[in-house]
Amino acid sequence: MITLVLEPEQKAAMPPVATQANDDPKISVRDFDFFYGSAKVLHGISLDIQARKVTALIGPSGCGKSTFIRSINRMNDIIPDARGKGTILIDGKDVYGGDTDVVELRRRVGMVFQKSNPFPKSIYDNVAYGLRIGGLRNKRQLDEIIERSLTRAALWHEVKDRLHASALALSGGQQQRLCIARALAVDPEILLMDEPASALDPIATSKIEELIYELKESYTIVIVTHNMQQAARVSDRTAFFMLGRLVEEGDKNAIFTNPKEKMTEDYVTGRFG
Amino acid sequence: MTANLRRRKIYSGLFETLCALAVIVALIPLAMILFYVIKEGFGALNLDFFTHMPKPVGEIGGGMANAIVGTLILIAIAAAFAVPVGCICGIHLSEYPGTKFSSIVRFAADVLNGVPSIVVGIFAYGILVLPVKRFSAIAGGVALGLLMIPIVVRTTEELLRLVPGGLREGALALGATRGRAVFSVIVPAALPGILTGILVALARVAGETAPLLFTAFNNRFWSTSLTQPIASLTVQVFTYAISPYDDWHRQAWAGAFLLVMMILALSILARLAVRRLERMNRS
Amino acid sequence: MKRSSDDRSFRIGTGAFAALVLLIVAGIAFELTRQSTLSITKFGLKFWTTKVWDPVSGDFGALPFIWGTLYSSVLALLVATPITLGIAIFISELSPRMLRQPLAYLTELLAAIPSIVYGLWGIFVLVPIVRKVEIAMGAKPALGVGMLAAALILAVMVIPFTSSVAREILKNVPSTQREAAYALGATRWEAIKVAIGFGRTGIIGAVMLGFGRALGETMAVTMVIGNSPQISTSLFKPQYTMAAVIANEFTEAADELYLHALIEIGLLLFIITVGVNLLSRLLIWSTKRRAATIVVMPVVVAEEVPV
Repeated sequence: MITLVLEPEQKAAMPPVATQANDDPKISVRDFDFFYGSAKVLHGISLDIQARKVTALIGPSGCGKSTFIRSINRMNDIIPDARGKGTILIDGKDVYGGDTDVVELRRRVGMVFQKSNPFPKSIYDNVAYGLRIGGLRNKRQLDEIIERSLTRAALWHEVKDRLHASALALSGGQQQRLCIARALAVDPEILLMDEPASALDPIATSKIEELIYELKESYTIVIVTHNMQQAARVSDRTAFFMLGRLVEEGDKNAIFTNPKEKMTEDYVTGRFG
Repeated sequence: MTANLRRRKIYSGLFETLCALAVIVALIPLAMILFYVIKEGFGALNLDFFTHMPKPVGEIGGGMANAIVGTLILIAIAAAFAVPVGCICGIHLSEYPGTKFSSIVRFAADVLNGVPSIVVGIFAYGILVLPVKRFSAIAGGVALGLLMIPIVVRTTEELLRLVPGGLREGALALGATRGRAVFSVIVPAALPGILTGILVALARVAGETAPLLFTAFNNRFWSTSLTQPIASLTVQVFTYAISPYDDWHRQAWAGAFLLVMMILALSILARLAVRRLERMNRS
Repeated sequence: MKRSSDDRSFRIGTGAFAALVLLIVAGIAFELTRQSTLSITKFGLKFWTTKVWDPVSGDFGALPFIWGTLYSSVLALLVATPITLGIAIFISELSPRMLRQPLAYLTELLAAIPSIVYGLWGIFVLVPIVRKVEIAMGAKPALGVGMLAAALILAVMVIPFTSSVAREILKNVPSTQREAAYALGATRWEAIKVAIGFGRTGIIGAVMLGFGRALGETMAVTMVIGNSPQISTSLFKPQYTMAAVIANEFTEAADELYLHALIEIGLLLFIITVGVNLLSRLLIWSTKRRAATIVVMPVVVAEEVPV
C-alpha cells in the first residue's frame, strides 16, 4: 500500500485540477500497425487513453509496448526504416497528420526513459534545457519554473542547495526524478514513461511510484512496465500486450482479478512471462 | 508554428547544410590531387622510367629504376625489423594484458606513434649512421621499421584479444606449452588481421620521405647494397620537385603516381589478404 | 615443473621484445639529448629565444622555427577544425546510411596520401593559386610560397585523421542522450549539439591530435613555406618550421655544432609533439570512459538522507 506523503509545497506546485467532466479520451489509437523495415511489430492496436489517469501497459518483454508508446510522441521517427500505419489522435488531432509539427508534439508529450539519461550538465541546466531551446532566457522565470518542476518531481529538497552541481553526481533514483522534472518543465499534457523504475532499487522505485500517483492529478500518464505488481499499484487502467497485439484492456482491478481473456489470466497469474 | 520554432528549424537546416558543405570542401583537394597525379604522372610514365637510371643534372630523360628498387628494398628491411618486434611485443601485451609492464609498454608504443617521422630519422642517424660515418640502406630501413612498430603492435594485440579464450584453453588442455599454444593456435586464428595490420603499416611507411633524407640518403647509381646509401622513390621525387628542371618535374609527377599506385596496391592487398585467409580458415 | 618453466621462458622471451619497444622510446629521448649537447652547453636557454640563425658564424637560435611551427599549425587548426567537425557530424549524424561507408572511405583515402605527394601538389598547383590570390589582394610580397600556403596544406592534411577520430567519439555518445533531447522537443541540430556537448572533451582531444600531426609535418610544409627564418605574422612572407629546417639543412651541416643545433631543435619537436599527443589521448580516453559509465550508480554525496 502506498503511503501518500504529499508535501504542502508539492501540492501547491501542481497545476490546478481541471473540473471539466470531459469523457473524451486524451489519446485515441485506431488500427495502428508498426513496421521495422519489413517486420511488423504492432498489429492493429486500438486503444483509448483517458485524461489524467494512469494507463499501464503490461506484457512480456519484446511485445511492442515500448514501440507503441514511442509512436505516440513519434520518437520512432529517428529510427531509419521504421514507420507506422493507422491513427493516433491526441485531443482529436492526428499525430502523424501533415500539419502536426513533431518538435511541438514532443514538447506536449513528455517522455521518461528506462535508463535515466541526464545531460552531463548541472542539475539546473538539465531542467532548464527544454525551456532554453524554447526560447526562455529570463533568469527569474527560469528559476521559478525549475523550482516548480523539481518540487513536482519530489526532488527539490534534496538538490535545492546544489543546483549547479553536476547531475551525474546524483544517485540513480535521483537522476530519474531529475529526468521527470526535466520533462515536466516544458509543461506537457501527457507523460510517457518507459519502464521508469526498472533500473532502480526498491526504495527508489517506490518513490517513483508515489510520484506517479501524485502526478496523475495533473497529467495523463502512460507507463510501460514489466512489473505486474507495479501496474497493480499505480494504474487506473491496464492494457495487456502480447506479441505486438493488444489482448485486453480495462479497469485495473478487472484485469487483475477478473480478466476476460485466458492469455491475460495466464500472464497475470504468472503462468508465463 | 511559433516564430521561435520557425527560427530554430531554419537554424537546424542551415547548420546541416554547412556540414554537407564541409564534406564537399574537404573532397575538393582530394579530387584535385588525384586529378593532377593521374594527369601529370601517368602521362610522364614510360618504359624508360622503369628501366633507366637518372641522367646527370640538366640532361633530359632517364628514369627512376634505382629508386623503385630502393624503395622496395627499404620497406623489406623495415618489415624484417618491425614485424618480429611488433608482433611478438603485441603477443606479450595480449597474453599479459593487465600487468604494469604491459601498460608501460602500451604507453610507450603510443608515444612512439606520435613521434614525427623526421625525429625518428634523427634517432636512426645517431645509432646507425654516425658510428660508421656512412649513410646506408639499413639505416633507412630501420628508421622506417621504427615507424611501423606501433601500428603492428596495436593491431596484433587487438586481434589476438579477439580470439576466443576457449581456443587457448583447448590447446593447453591438450598438453601444449603456452608458447606452443599461442604460436600454433591463437596466432594463426588472428593471422588475417595481423597481416592486414602489417600491410597497412607498410603502406604508411612506403610514402615516407623525411626519415630517409639522412639515413638512406640518396644514390644516383644503381645499388642494392645494404650498407651503401640507396635511392628511394620518395627522396627522388623530392629532389626532382625542388629542382629547376622541367623534365625532372615531369618525372617527379611520374614518381608520385607510382607511389600512390603502390600504396593503393598495398591497401587492396591488405583487404584481399583478409578475405582469402578468412576463407581458408573457414574451410 | 616443466610447464611453468616453459611459461616463464615464454613470458620472458616475449617480454624482451616488448621491452625493446620501451628501450626504443627511451633511446630516442636519450640519443636526441646526447647528440645536441654541444649546442645545449654553448647556448643554454638562449637557444629558444634567439632569432639569429647563422651557420657561417656559428650562432644559432631556434626562435624563428618555433614561431613558424606554432603559427602554421595554429592557423591550420583554425581552418581545419570547423571542416573537421562538419565532416564528422555529417558522416555520423546526417548522411543517409548508404553514403556513410563511401564517405568514410574517401576521407581515409585522403589520409593515405603521402606527405611528399601533398608537397608536389603544393608546389605546382596550390602555390600558383595562392600567388594569384595574393596578387589579386595586393599583398606584398606575392610569392605564393609562405605561411598561407603552408597553413592551407597542413589543414588539408590534418582533416582526414582528425575527422575520423571525431567521428568515433560521436559514435560513442550514447544514443539515449540524443533521445532525451528529442523527447524534450529539440530540433535535429539541437540534438546534435547535445551529442557534441557530451563528447566535447574527446573532440578537443581529436583536434589536439591533429595539432600534434601538424607540428611534426615535414615534407609538404618545406615545399611550400619558403624556408626563410624570419618571424612575422604576415601570411604572405616565407617562413620556416622546425621540421623543415632539419630536413633541409641536416645533410649540409658542415660542423658538429651546426648539427647539434639542428638536433636540439629535433629534441624540442620531440618533447612538444609527445606532450600534445599525450594530452589529447587523455582527453579522448576520459570522454570514452564517461560514455561507458553514464548510467552506473555513482557514489552518492548525501548530505541529508532523503525521507
